Amino acid sequence: MHIVVCVKQVPDTKIIKINPKTNTLDRRSAPAILNPYDAHAVQEAVSIREKTGGTISVLSMGPPQATAVIKKSIEIGADRGYLITDRAFAGADTLATSYALFKALEKINKEIPVDLIICGKHAIDGDTGQVGPGIARRLDIPPVTNVIEVTEVNLEEKTVLIKRKLSSGYELIQAEMPCLLTVEKEINQIEYSPMPNMIKAARYEPVIWAVSDLENVDRVQLGLKGSPTIVGKMFTPPRPEGGKKIEGSPDEQVNQLMDILLEQKDVLTLQSSKQ
Amino acid sequence: MPEKFDVIVVGAGPAGTSCALVCAQKGLNVLLIERGEYPGSKNVMGGVLYRKQMEELIPEFWKEAPLERPVIEQRFWMMDKESVVQFGYKGLEWGVEPYNNFTVLRAQFDQWFAKKAVEAGALLINETVVTECIVENGKVIGVRTDRPNGEVYADVVVLADGVNSLLSKQLGFHKEFRPDEVALTVMEVINLPKEKINDRFNLEDNQGCTIEIFGDSTKGNLGTAFLYTNKDSLNIGVGTTLSSMIKSKMKPYDLLDYLKTHPMVKPMLAGGESAEYLAHLIPEGGYRSVPKVAGNGVVVVGDAAQLVNAIHREGSNMAMHSGLLAAETVIEAKHRGDFSESSLNLYRQKLYDSFIIKDLEKYKDATHTFENNPQYFKEYVPMMNKAMSKFFTVDGTPKRDKQKEIMKSVTAERGTFKVIQDIYRAWKAVK
Amino acid sequence: MNFDDYRGVWVFIEQNGGKIEGVSLELLGAGRKLADKLQVPLAGFLLGSGIKPLANQVIAYGADEVYLVDHPVLKDYRTESYMKGVMQLVPKYKPEIILYGATPNGKDLASAVATDLVTGLTADTTMLDVDVDNRLLEASRPAFGGNIMATILCKKHRPQMATVRPKVMKALSPDTGRTGKIIEESITLREEDMRTKVLQIVNDVTKKANLADAHVIVCGGKGMGDVQNFQILYELADTIGATVGGTRDVVEAGWLPHELQIGQTGETVTPKIYFAIALSGAIQHVVGMKNSDLIIAINKDPNAPIFDVATYGIVGDALEIVPKLIQQFKQLRTEKGGEISYARKI
Ligand SMILES: Cc1cc2nc3c(=O)[nH]c(=O)nc-3n(C[C@H](O)[C@H](O)[C@H](O)COP(=O)(O)OP(=O)(O)OC[C@H]3O[C@@H](n4cnc5c(N)ncnc54)[C@H](O)[C@@H]3O)c2cc1C
Ligand SMILES: Cc1cc2nc3c(=O)[nH]c(=O)nc-3n(C[C@H](O)[C@H](O)[C@H](O)COP(=O)(O)OP(=O)(O)OC[C@H]3O[C@@H](n4cnc5c(N)ncnc54)[C@H](O)[C@@H]3O)c2cc1C
Ligand SMILES: Nc1ncnc2c1ncn2[C@@H]1O[C@H](COP(=O)(O)O)[C@@H](O)[C@H]1O
Repeated sequence: MHIVVCVKQVPDTKIIKINPKTNTLDRRSAPAILNPYDAHAVQEAVSIREKTGGTISVLSMGPPQATAVIKKSIEIGADRGYLITDRAFAGADTLATSYALFKALEKINKEIPVDLIICGKHAIDGDTGQVGPGIARRLDIPPVTNVIEVTEVNLEEKTVLIKRKLSSGYELIQAEMPCLLTVEKEINQIEYSPMPNMIKAARYEPVIWAVSDLENVDRVQLGLKGSPTIVGKMFTPPRPEGGKKIEGSPDEQVNQLMDILLEQKDVLTLQSSKQ
Repeated sequence: MPEKFDVIVVGAGPAGTSCALVCAQKGLNVLLIERGEYPGSKNVMGGVLYRKQMEELIPEFWKEAPLERPVIEQRFWMMDKESVVQFGYKGLEWGVEPYNNFTVLRAQFDQWFAKKAVEAGALLINETVVTECIVENGKVIGVRTDRPNGEVYADVVVLADGVNSLLSKQLGFHKEFRPDEVALTVMEVINLPKEKINDRFNLEDNQGCTIEIFGDSTKGNLGTAFLYTNKDSLNIGVGTTLSSMIKSKMKPYDLLDYLKTHPMVKPMLAGGESAEYLAHLIPEGGYRSVPKVAGNGVVVVGDAAQLVNAIHREGSNMAMHSGLLAAETVIEAKHRGDFSESSLNLYRQKLYDSFIIKDLEKYKDATHTFENNPQYFKEYVPMMNKAMSKFFTVDGTPKRDKQKEIMKSVTAERGTFKVIQDIYRAWKAVK
Repeated sequence: MNFDDYRGVWVFIEQNGGKIEGVSLELLGAGRKLADKLQVPLAGFLLGSGIKPLANQVIAYGADEVYLVDHPVLKDYRTESYMKGVMQLVPKYKPEIILYGATPNGKDLASAVATDLVTGLTADTTMLDVDVDNRLLEASRPAFGGNIMATILCKKHRPQMATVRPKVMKALSPDTGRTGKIIEESITLREEDMRTKVLQIVNDVTKKANLADAHVIVCGGKGMGDVQNFQILYELADTIGATVGGTRDVVEAGWLPHELQIGQTGETVTPKIYFAIALSGAIQHVVGMKNSDLIIAINKDPNAPIFDVATYGIVGDALEIVPKLIQQFKQLRTEKGGEISYARKI
């Protein structure tokens, strides 16, 4: 069983501080982290490997510093990692990203045939969730998005049983392998990595590929050139007028607020208990 | 079978990283364990990094390290409620190579410094807390961490875990601090545009200024405050010994708030935005508090060994130098194949031969003198301000008369004998 | 690619078990405006099994045309079968714009289709417009970091596609008198070719639905200080029959489960009354609640952006105001000897 997990390095939006005056990021405050959903993806691969045995590879596209997220994945339990990094990849939108990852996956598949690909539900820097299904389409394998449980992996039949989250509940899906899953955070809890993994990760050097290391690449589909979407303009949304400020001492404020709330008769009904 | 390293260093602050760097450069197998998300993530410092000790480790580091500004001006403020007496030195020679010292933000600096150790071959593991040393037959043989399968072994464990060093406490090297041995310092990083900083402090882009503040900054508590310029932020902080804080029933935050709204300070900060708030202990016990620093298979460096010169706010340099000395000792011990206490005690000797213990000894009475004689901060600073005010106010009084008047008021307030005694005591403390 | 061949605005009509999702009707409302500006027809396209009866509803909500692909294999949503359906329709009829609801299925389908059509897809749009001269869809969404929106354009590829957040667009009132064209498209699909099977669909209306249906929401932010203080919001909610929600920072801090997060990456809510307490009003939060009827903000900071969207604002300490408010309600209850309850939706 060979599982490949796609992992992305993202700025930590939890820590990011925004300068409210200029609307720009305070980059000093934003360290780069492993996209949290991808951490769950790696963890899920580790849980599957516990049952099926096999190998977990992680794949990332990003700047050279993105080795850090591969190391992080090794901490969680991945066996090996690939980083594709090249100026030609820069400025990629989701379409161009899925193309580059697809080309790398083709090459990985030649080294060790891939049975399962796992991605995060989305990357927190853009929240798009488009790369996973994009990769699946290019490889012509079925995507299953929003996975909340991998119920069973059947190596003989080459099938997986999956719970997929829906707007109002979930569905149970059987998919043939190879297939691609994108996972929700609730799929698992990330375990505290054991010390030997930490030491392995500290030593680990991922395989690094540039465009020239990949085969049959159509360069026009890479990076900025290969990205159909562009950012037209950035703007601060028209600020609404804002409502009325309720002034006065805290007690006065609360009294006025009570009056306003009690006016909401269609929402609020004061029922008498003496019916 | 868990791995065995030559050296395990606990804590990737200046002390631990220096030690790891030097050991790795000499080809030792080094594991550096840090509990923060990354080195520096939680580390706190006013922010003056001294060139000398850093240069010994990484020559011409300033060409590469994430530094804020080279310090070209050091000011000292004796501050009263609505006035300040200031003196200082500004020298452009400090603004060019090899520089004197720099302001830094630890979160960035420590991270970079640790990367250097990693490049030299040390293995760095973050987000891992060392919970205890593994001791066998009276010898430290490794550490236990909070991770599953968390034991790792080594010939020598270097404790660089900072001021509170639980690990050396566990080994019985030092006791719980007395409240007069540590200062609690709170500081804030305040973002302010570069141009404003340059204007307010009269600086150019690549020039920095430090201000040490005495007097009203601590509301009469023993301690000092500081205000340092970074590229586009300021570090402001204030600290006093835990004991005076307890005595005056003051909360550290109150002190910082007081300082930030002080009329002499407020205009410097105006328009700035608070980016970070940090609190940390500084070991101030000095010479008398230095604990046992070497044992069987273990040495203690940096703040963990209380190596801080409170009077000159030097700490990171002592941390680095002690890390270097420990590394040298470990390397020699490795050659001898002897990691016993007597072998590692060479480190203690090196420490005592270096500027570190010499400086600490020189100031060994300073903290106590000032702690037990609050008049230095409570009375002399206001007196000085009054004197200056009188002297410079042009009101037709001849200058000679003014001087007499000033001297009279000083001795009237404390008595001639007392003044002389105070001067002598202070001189002795810092001589 | 000749852009002039591409005409018309299309909306993916998502149906589950024969019921059209609310967001699809909202998108017909939004699509109507775009189509009118561009002077082209608005079409809904609908895939499934036995779905013909839904076509009239699509027209009633504003569509001029309905494209239907009806096949037993399309009974439940699956990426592979649905995208085959879409790939049959789109290259043939060449719409210039396609909108999908940003639901799990809508996003899944759009992402897959975009790859095969080799075109741009903007995710989680919250504002839509067109540049009529250049026939460009202007799909705007909160940009990563900052109270700022980014308009995403797709200049060199057609169709232009976007997924749109549920509950940010307004559906038109249905007009059953409207007429339109219904185009049925036949398709060959074989179940044996499918590599995924839907074995079971479980509807699970738990907490999540609760937030979406709540009439009154008490939403707390990081400014509550700690999880202890946060509990007073539950007390307020209990007193007035409201549901508690939180900002992402609160969820990240572990004070609330993820299902109760409101905003761009959480739920979009439109209650009658929304209490925004000790939260700053970051754009990612605001997109998820700004369409609430009555918004009451309590915040220490008079400049907090939440006051810009609030109907009423109180500048004050939540830890002081909220307990007073609870007390007033409790007092009212004892005085009137009754029960205060906020009627729930549905
Ligand atoms: C407010 C303030 C201002 C200061 N100003 C200056 C100044 O301007 N100039 C100057 O030179 N000095 C200054 N100092 C002193 C200086 O910061 C310290 O002396 C110096 O940081 C000591 O370095 P260290 O490596 O010994 O300890 P630290 O920098 O404290 O590093 C200890 C490291 O160990 C890690 N650690 C602790 N316990 C464990 C564990 N159990 N397991 C794993 N990791 C652990 C910590 O996370 C930390 O990274 C100041 C100190 C303070 C508080
Ligand atoms: C890609 C992305 C997606 C995101 N998605 C979401 C999302 O779905 N939902 C979401 O909510 N956020 C989301 N965010 C995060 C969002 O940008 C904000 O960081 C977050 O909403 C801020 O949470 P907050 O208002 O609780 O905290 P803060 O911004 O820290 O605000 C706390 C507020 O409380 C006030 N306050 C403090 N103490 C008191 C008191 N005692 N009484 C009254 N007021 C007090 C303060 O003045 C301040 O305004 C997202 C961010 C990114 C980058
Ligand atoms: N640059 C990248 N390198 C590796 N994986 C990626 C990259 N970008 C996106 N992914 C994967 O695709 C998922 C969805 O990303 P996105 O479509 O950007 O929200 C992520 O959770 C990753 O698993």
